[in-house]
Amino acid sequence: MKRKLLAATAFAGLSILALAAPAAAQDQYDRTAATGAEAMNMIVLDNIFIFFAAVLVFLMQPGFALLEAGLTRAKNAANIMMKNLMDLCVGVLMFALIGWGIAYPGDFNGWIGSAGLFVDGFFSGATVDISPEALADDGFYPLAVPVDFLFQAAFAAAAATIVSGAVAGRTKFVGYLSYSIIITAVIYPIVVSWQWGGGWLSEAGFVDFAGSGLVHMTGGFAALAGAVVIGPRIGKFGDDGKPRALPGHSIPLAMAGVFLLFIGWFGFNPGSQLQADMAVPVIAVLTAFAATAGGAAALATSWIMMPKPDVSMVGNGILAGLVAICSGIGEMSPVGTLITGGVAGVLVVISVLTVERLGVDDPVGAFSVHGLAGFWGLLATGLLATTSPVNGAEESAGLLYGGGAGLFLDQLIGGVVIGVFVFVTAGAMFFGLKAAGLLRVSPEEEQAGLDISEHGSPGYGPDLMPSPASV
Amino acid sequence: MQLITAVIKPHVLDGVKDALREHGVQGMTVSEVKGFGRQGGHTETYRGAEYQVDFVPKLKLEVVCDDADVGKLAEAIRGAAATGKIGDGKIWVVPVDSLVRIRTGEAGADAV
Repeated sequence: MKRKLLAATAFAGLSILALAAPAAAQDQYDRTAATGAEAMNMIVLDNIFIFFAAVLVFLMQPGFALLEAGLTRAKNAANIMMKNLMDLCVGVLMFALIGWGIAYPGDFNGWIGSAGLFVDGFFSGATVDISPEALADDGFYPLAVPVDFLFQAAFAAAAATIVSGAVAGRTKFVGYLSYSIIITAVIYPIVVSWQWGGGWLSEAGFVDFAGSGLVHMTGGFAALAGAVVIGPRIGKFGDDGKPRALPGHSIPLAMAGVFLLFIGWFGFNPGSQLQADMAVPVIAVLTAFAATAGGAAALATSWIMMPKPDVSMVGNGILAGLVAICSGIGEMSPVGTLITGGVAGVLVVISVLTVERLGVDDPVGAFSVHGLAGFWGLLATGLLATTSPVNGAEESAGLLYGGGAGLFLDQLIGGVVIGVFVFVTAGAMFFGLKAAGLLRVSPEEEQAGLDISEHGSPGYGPDLMPSPASV
Repeated sequence: MQLITAVIKPHVLDGVKDALREHGVQGMTVSEVKGFGRQGGHTETYRGAEYQVDFVPKLKLEVVCDDADVGKLAEAIRGAAATGKIGDGKIWVVPVDSLVRIRTGEAGADAV
């Protein structure tokens, strides 16, 4: 009772703070007024900044790989690494061939025809003017297509790789490869086209700055569909149906992955400003706030709900905070950010436990971290968006900042549609793979471990523990 | 000659090794093993789910010695390995028929 009172008081206190502290209005430098050398410098700076942001987003790939490998068993470590390698390879190639054309159907910089399905400049060798002068003539969108593509392809690979942890330890490699191709070529690009491609969500006033919904809900709901269709790992649930722990083989590897993802997010969120301006450092600080609030809240939640504070749950909490803040980070105050990240940290712990109790085996908590926290992030924007967004966008304020229910409803509808669309399409795809016999390995192969049964050699070789057979 | 085998808690190894050295023991073999006795394993939690660890990590230490030394060495191991808490392990002794030092070919008590 005392505990509940304390929580209620803390929540009430935070709510008041949230209302009392709108973000400071940022007087943005008038970029459109720049001409000549000034405009050239601005455009070069923008492009080089987004290039480095893309590099940071690519740093999330080893983050995901280590997190997923660490939280699953040693006999599947090489398989997890292979799946993450392929999410990168397939993600970039498929997004270049098909995905980019679907996601951005508009006529950007003359590179992509509105009907084009290929980044044709890359493949035809056509000369494309990427000089700052040409970009300056284009006005408000000064990113060169190669830079923009690199940044967006890194996002596509991130969305794809979310799923591999959820279906770890029992999925046929060829089935996973098929999934990876379909999500980066079709499912993710369609969702992105609705908002960042100028589709119906953007026209409705939906706000998803860095992709709580577009990127993370897509990955998270595909992960849920995969985990549901493929079924739990052998031994995950006892004969009584109660969940049993199948402990991951390396918490240090997994948490190194969380640290890498945290660093990578400094490309994901600040880079989503898509230009080098003074909103970038503010967004970077808010990114750190959301992550740390998420981690702290997950610590408190796991300490209350479990015998001892669970390390990997805190790792999930940090990631959930980061996922949740993607949507509204350009529009929130620091206090709104802390609330968004903190609530995500609480939700993720409850969700991981609930998903297990419902009989779904998601070894790394991919749905809870990306799907649920992503959805919460969209709603949080509807509640906590301020009237003076740091990113200079002209969006409506959230429910708690006097903006009425309009934005909240937009966010709710957008989130529900993304979740349902991805769950249904990814679910249909996984069912198709299952019907074709391509989804799950045999029980014998599963028990032997996917490293041996799918790739022929273990992730941790014989050098570590010489056996008579290996000498 | 006798073979002393002791299954001990991993963290007492240094103390046991030092105690044996003080009694003139020049060599020993240690292996990582798992097992349970009256302690009967324990319960751990991972991401909110409990699981039973039946086989607890232990170290198995093996020393070959002269018949005359068995008593004091076994007692030295016991003294250094005892924490008084459940799970301290066991010591047992079996006779050794023959012993050879591979490098020199010395046999019997000379090879100890």
